[in-house]
Amino acid sequence: MPARIEPLAISAMSATSALGHGLAAHIDALGAGRGGLAANDFSSAHLDCRIGRVTGVEDVALPAALAHRDCRNNRLAWLGLQQDDLLDAIARIVARHGAARVALVLGTSTASIGSTEDAYRRLDHGHFPADLRRPEIHTPHSLAAFVADATGIAGPALTVSTACSSSAKVFASAERLIRLGLADAALVGGVDTLCDSVLFGFNALELVSRQACRPFDARRDGISIGEAAAFALLERADSAPHAPRLAGYGESSDAHHMSTPHPQGRGALAALGDALGRAGIDANAVDYVNLHGTATPKNDEVEAKLLPRFPRRTRASSTKGFTGHTLGAAGALEAVFALLAIEHGVVPPNLGCDDPIPEAVPWLALQPARQRIDIALSNSFGFGGNNACLVFARGGSA
Amino acid sequence: MSAPRAIAVAGIGAWMQGAPDWPALRGVLRGEHGLAGDAPAKPAANALPAAERRRAPDGVRLAAEVATQACAMAGCDPATLPCVFASTHGELAITDYVCETLARAPLELSPTKFHNSVLNAPAGYWTIATGCTAASSAVTAHHASFGAGLLEALALAAADDTPVLFACCDVASSGPLAEMTRTTLAFGVALVLSPAAAGGARLRWSLHHGDAAALPPAAMALRTVAGDNPANAQALALLAAIADPPAASLHLPLSPELSLDMEITP
Repeated sequence: MPARIEPLAISAMSATSALGHGLAAHIDALGAGRGGLAANDFSSAHLDCRIGRVTGVEDVALPAALAHRDCRNNRLAWLGLQQDDLLDAIARIVARHGAARVALVLGTSTASIGSTEDAYRRLDHGHFPADLRRPEIHTPHSLAAFVADATGIAGPALTVSTACSSSAKVFASAERLIRLGLADAALVGGVDTLCDSVLFGFNALELVSRQACRPFDARRDGISIGEAAAFALLERADSAPHAPRLAGYGESSDAHHMSTPHPQGRGALAALGDALGRAGIDANAVDYVNLHGTATPKNDEVEAKLLPRFPRRTRASSTKGFTGHTLGAAGALEAVFALLAIEHGVVPPNLGCDDPIPEAVPWLALQPARQRIDIALSNSFGFGGNNACLVFARGGSA
Repeated sequence: MSAPRAIAVAGIGAWMQGAPDWPALRGVLRGEHGLAGDAPAKPAANALPAAERRRAPDGVRLAAEVATQACAMAGCDPATLPCVFASTHGELAITDYVCETLARAPLELSPTKFHNSVLNAPAGYWTIATGCTAASSAVTAHHASFGAGLLEALALAAADDTPVLFACCDVASSGPLAEMTRTTLAFGVALVLSPAAAGGARLRWSLHHGDAAALPPAAMALRTVAGDNPANAQALALLAAIADPPAASLHLPLSPELSLDMEITP
């Protein structure tokens, strides 16, 4: 059992997804049960599926000094950073602690590979076209390098890329840096954008549904892919006494298969146990669980086996029916959903499920509901059997 | 500057063509001999089961090879060892394949190559092959990937008071993408970092704010060996300091304003 950690304050956060730009749009959509999936109009060739596309990304202009980092993923990052007064909050933190004392840990699965794909579609006699001959956007670190430039954060900067658990694990990395005194605060988050790689890649794995995804439904048949930018600012608890807390986290590996979860959820259970241990609570204290809930037959079957660990009053839902699976951004986006549940007393419904699998029924929140939430969890499981579980708590209660 | 912390390097693994393990590379770094001629172009990667080894891309084979060497030297059971795998670019040949296929015939994309394209493919194959259920991660920081990945591993070891396996591997790029990367050969290094181990080189590490110093000249000379990849050059600078007593200090640049400073006692 890991040692309990000192909770950290989440003094600012932001979300941008198919549900809209900023937190208010997300609260409205979750409360109304209004999803953001629509017919695929993105891929370079026809693919019959639904996607969670963010409106307006194409129209975003990066600051002129950062034009060399222009790509769809960094436009979405810049759009996300401008919501919810996040840039002001970051500037205050940088001014208070010094730029080199603020860490930056971001998750992404494909970063700006959409630009590399574009270069291959437009090769000029075997060479990248002139407008895309920019090494800084053909690397998986392109997102964090852009955000460091855009915010002035100059502390340790790292990209975590563990597929669909990427931007959950960033909370753990940042907590360690702050606990060890290597940083005083951290901007964490995740940004992933739609691109051919993920649309045709998951299609090749036969994991993409033709319809809007149906998490925990008996007839679920795959994911809907989405895109998102989500960020959170972590500080020591005394800096923001009333802000919600990162209370714990757990990380584990399945040691089973590259693209299929362990049939008994061994790794997921280990991550859950680790997370509760660091938070110093047991499963009876958990009010809400944001499930990974991808709507693939396997994931939801295995994840449902974890639910009996919680009391029947615990509410659980996947929010991927709202946003699609935002892959490397999912950990941070769904962390924000868990934090919104605490802050607004809203249980997000498990959109897209008409015929829930019996194993999940006692816990599954099918309709929007309002109730006090003090402790909320978020599960994230990625390719390669890479698992993370985050525990969030109401300010002052942990 | 952060307060210095100490850790032991209990195990080291290394692979490049002509220097397929740490003793061979140490000899090169000490100037005792050059790279072996007529050497195998790919690592053995015996940790991977035969079926997985055939399917595994080059970066996975390289990571498994160096990780196995480091764990064997440290006498550590990989099954319980948290691990951090760093890379500047990930699986470059697969990225080339994916982008080329998507441009030509997107519906023909191979599902296996797609799941091998993720940056955490080495972590995935490694944890599956060794039965490791501890935390595993895959990280990158472009040209600072070695230093930033090492900091992630050092922080994990210090925060949870546990030994940690750290590996940093890059493979040669191919296709049109090669013009955008600086990676021309395969090189991998792995370290088992242990807060409690009595043997092995000792590192005292801290973060230093201010202008990051350039790598020492010896390491610059190793850049040809490093295939012009800055992360490889950082790794070789640390290995050179461990290979060549007496004590040395090293500053690995993390950003223009920040470096990972280390005092190394072989």
